[in-house]
This record gives sequence, C-alpha cells and structure tokens, in this order.
Amino acid sequence: MSFFDSFFQQLINGLVLGSFYALVALGYTMVFGVIKLLNFAHGDFYMAGAFVGFGALSLVSGALGAGWMGIFVAMLLAMMAIGCLGVVIERIAYHPMLNAPRLSILITALAVSLVLQNAALALTGGQYTAFSTDIGFGGFEVGNLFISHNQIILVATAAVLMIALELGVSRTMYGRAMRAVSIDKDMCRMMGINVAGVIAVTFFIGSSLAAAAGTMAGAYYGSIWYFMGFLIGLKAFTAAVIGGIGSIPGAMLGGLILGLLESFGTNIEFIGSEWKDVFTFAILILVLVFKPTGLLGKSEVERM
Amino acid sequence: MSETILTVDRVTAFYGQIQALRGVSLEVRKGQIVTLLGSNGAGKSTTLKTISGLVRAQSGDVSLAGDSIKSLPAHDIARLGVVHVPEGRCILRGLSVKENLELGAFTVKDAATRRRRIEEVYALFPILAERRHQDASLLSGGQQQMLAMGRGLMHGPRVMLLDEPSMGLAPKLVTEIMRIIKRLNEAGTTILLVEQNARLALRLAHYAYVIENGEICSQGDAATLREDESIVQAYLGVA
Repeated sequence: MSFFDSFFQQLINGLVLGSFYALVALGYTMVFGVIKLLNFAHGDFYMAGAFVGFGALSLVSGALGAGWMGIFVAMLLAMMAIGCLGVVIERIAYHPMLNAPRLSILITALAVSLVLQNAALALTGGQYTAFSTDIGFGGFEVGNLFISHNQIILVATAAVLMIALELGVSRTMYGRAMRAVSIDKDMCRMMGINVAGVIAVTFFIGSSLAAAAGTMAGAYYGSIWYFMGFLIGLKAFTAAVIGGIGSIPGAMLGGLILGLLESFGTNIEFIGSEWKDVFTFAILILVLVFKPTGLLGKSEVERM
Repeated sequence: MSETILTVDRVTAFYGQIQALRGVSLEVRKGQIVTLLGSNGAGKSTTLKTISGLVRAQSGDVSLAGDSIKSLPAHDIARLGVVHVPEGRCILRGLSVKENLELGAFTVKDAATRRRRIEEVYALFPILAERRHQDASLLSGGQQQMLAMGRGLMHGPRVMLLDEPSMGLAPKLVTEIMRIIKRLNEAGTTILLVEQNARLALRLAHYAYVIENGEICSQGDAATLREDESIVQAYLGVA
C-alpha cells in the first residue's frame, strides 16, 4: 500500500468512527445545553438503542429483509423507543433534581447509567449478542483502496440526521426556542415557551440520535453487548468537549475530529491500536488544559 | 372609566422564609399606564413576577379580565397576553436581534402577523432594524431595553409589565424610553410600569401605587401624587 492509499483508507475509517461519535456527542451537548447536565447515562441510550434496534430488526426482517431497508426501519423504531425512554428518564430521574445542586443531578445520571447497564446485563446474561444482518461486504475498489457500501450508507445516514437537526435548530421557531431555553429559562417562560416541553423534546432528539448510532453500529460491527455504551459514552463526551460543549455544530465537528484522530493516530508505525483509548483521553486532557471552551464553544461567565 | 384588565387582590408571596409581599392589591384599567413606585426591595419586581407567574402567590388572587391566572404556569400566563419585560432586560445573548424579536412572537402562530409586527417594531425602534443581524449582546444598554420592549410588543400584549426600563441608562436615553412608553400607550397598550425614578413615572402614568415593605401604602391619580411633595419626599426620594 502506498502512503496515499493508506491515508485515504484511514480517512474513511475515521469518518465512519467519527459519525458514531458525532451522533452520540450531539445528545450529550444538547442535554448539556438545556439543563447543564453531563448526562453520563447517554452512552447507555446508545447501548439500549442497539438492543431495541436488534429486536426491531428481527420483527421486521420477515417482511423487509435484514438488509439496509430492514435496518432503517428498525433504526427508526429504535429511535422512537429510545427517544421516549429518554423523555421518561428525564421526567422521573432528572426533572425533580433540576433545582438541586449540580453534583446531585450528576450522581443521578451515573445511577441511571448503572440501572440501564445492569438491566441489559440481567436481560442478556452478559453475553455478546450477534447482530446478524444481510448487509454483505460489497464495495468499490479504487486502486488499492476499498470502500464498502456499508461505510457509505452509514456516513450518509449520519450526515442526513445531522443536517436535519442543524436545520431544525437554526431555522425553525421551535429550534430557536431550544437555543433560547439554553440561555435563559425564565425569560423563555415570559415569552410563552413551555420550558419543560422543550427539555422533553431535547431529550427525545438526543436519545433517538444515540439509538440511531447504536443500531447502525450493531449492524456494522455485527455484535452488541450490555457494556458497549460505556466507552463510546466517554468518547462522545470527549468529542463534545473538543467541539465546545453546548454547541451542536461543535459536537458534529468534535465527533469527526476525534474519529479521524483515532484512526490516523493509531496507525502511526510505533503507536498500535491498543493505544487508541489512551490517545483519545490524552486529547481530552489537552483540550481541557489549553482550550476548555472547545473549538466552537463560547466562553461564558458563570452567572450566580 | 374603562374596564379593569388586571387585578391583584391581597397577594402574599415568600422567598423561602422571607415574606416579600404582605397583601398587595392593585388594579390596572385598560388603556392606562399604572405605575408602581417604591424604594429598593419594597416588592415592586416581586409583584410583577407574581403576576407573570415566575413567583407563586401564597395567598390572594391575580386575575386577567376577571379570570384567575394565579395558578397557571408562567408560559400559559404569557400566552394569555401578559407580557413581562423584566428588570435587566434579559435579552438572549448569542441570538441575533431579529431572532430575539421573533421569539417574542413564539405564541403567534400566524406568520403574516409576525412579519407585520416585526415591521412595526422596526418602525418604532429603527436602530433594531439596522442591527437586526447582530448578536443581541453587542447592543448598548439603551438598545437592549428597546429590544426587550420590542420583543414584548411582538407578542401583542393585552397588558405589558415594564420593570425599571430606565435603569442604568443615560438621562437622554431615559427621556427617549419614556417618550416611547407614552407612544405605546397612546397606540392602545395597557402598561404596568415599575420605576424608581418616581417623578418621571408620575409624569407618564394615569394612576399610581406606592409600595413599601411589601404593602401598598399609598395610591391615587398620578397628577395628585405628583403634587403631594410629602409623598414624593418620603417614599420616592429625589429624582
């Protein structure tokens, strides 16, 4: 393989990885935006989404097959289900804590994470579940370079979801209200915005994007298990911090950058892929030290 | 006498253990400017917050055109046309001037009405039209006050609660803001105006209440109160 082949191969791998990170990072950043909570259970929505997507696929595969058509339908069902789960969890676990000290709600998020993980552990017995599909291994060869159809579909789907979100948030009245809620809740109430409703919608969207990523990752990698949300949750958090937590374009950018950095960084001769996670969290530390507001975040004076 | 649009009836309110309102009663008639005067901490802002639902009344009642709104959530009270322009303006930083204005009309479903209103606001405050695409936090204090009022007007208020619109502004701007409040009222907007600058407020208002320690201690036609030097001296300081 020439240098360029290797470069482009890593670029594609990085984009796929980055798409997953970006989708999950969006939920992190949106929830942080509206209620200033680092939702450490968010990675587990991704895991739960993978399992619901898997279940939904086995339901619809009779009619639609287990190719991408079936996976898309399963993904939409998983997005609905996990979106609702997010809303319910916000209502029962986070909503009562909104006026409590910041640390209390953070601990609540950790508890929600443990509950989801252990529920999945109890239901699956901790075994890997094979996420079998008929998506095949087809693709294009360009010189020595191989791009699979799956990679293209995956990146394109993530891009469509993210563009739809960005347009919705920047162009619609409701999207504007979401941004306004992240700035000043009382002022929003005085303008007739139902703040609790906006928070619920934000949780729905954030959780459903994690479910989309979970279902696609399950289909792409072929297996799922109860602990799969832990690491991606931390990495999506890293991505959100790189982009500037609270910023939606920042989460997308941070996800892609992190995916590419991991992909390239771990293919340098003397850094093996076993160093991947060290690499990621070293970046997190560097960002926190040198640019804590992230690439697109605004420095904000904490108001008391 | 025009009909009463807003009634506050023996309202009490607390911040934790501290009683902020001790039975405040007041009335706002349609088409009037009513002013609520008093010194710092007397309960002026709390009264407005209790009307708009940001602070819950412990007892007593608040009603809009005869219907109680006391137990409605704040966003529903706003939907009914009670527009609160808070102290310190609370403009939405990070959003443009235009986006701030458009959000003021969040509850207005008709796009044509929203467009018409934004043109009206731009006509009233030409500087906002000029700076419509800028981040609202870049506006000066006076311009932010104009934005906050314009955002309130976007809603099409039945009654507008203005909390210290002159605060922190240079004298020339204060005069300008007061002139605009008068114009708004002449165009039909009912206003409940909270002010520390009593002389200015009494010049604008039809009726005035004076609040002290969470209680209304004096009330009357603004013209009468204006003449009463003892009241001006005792409660309103020298402005």
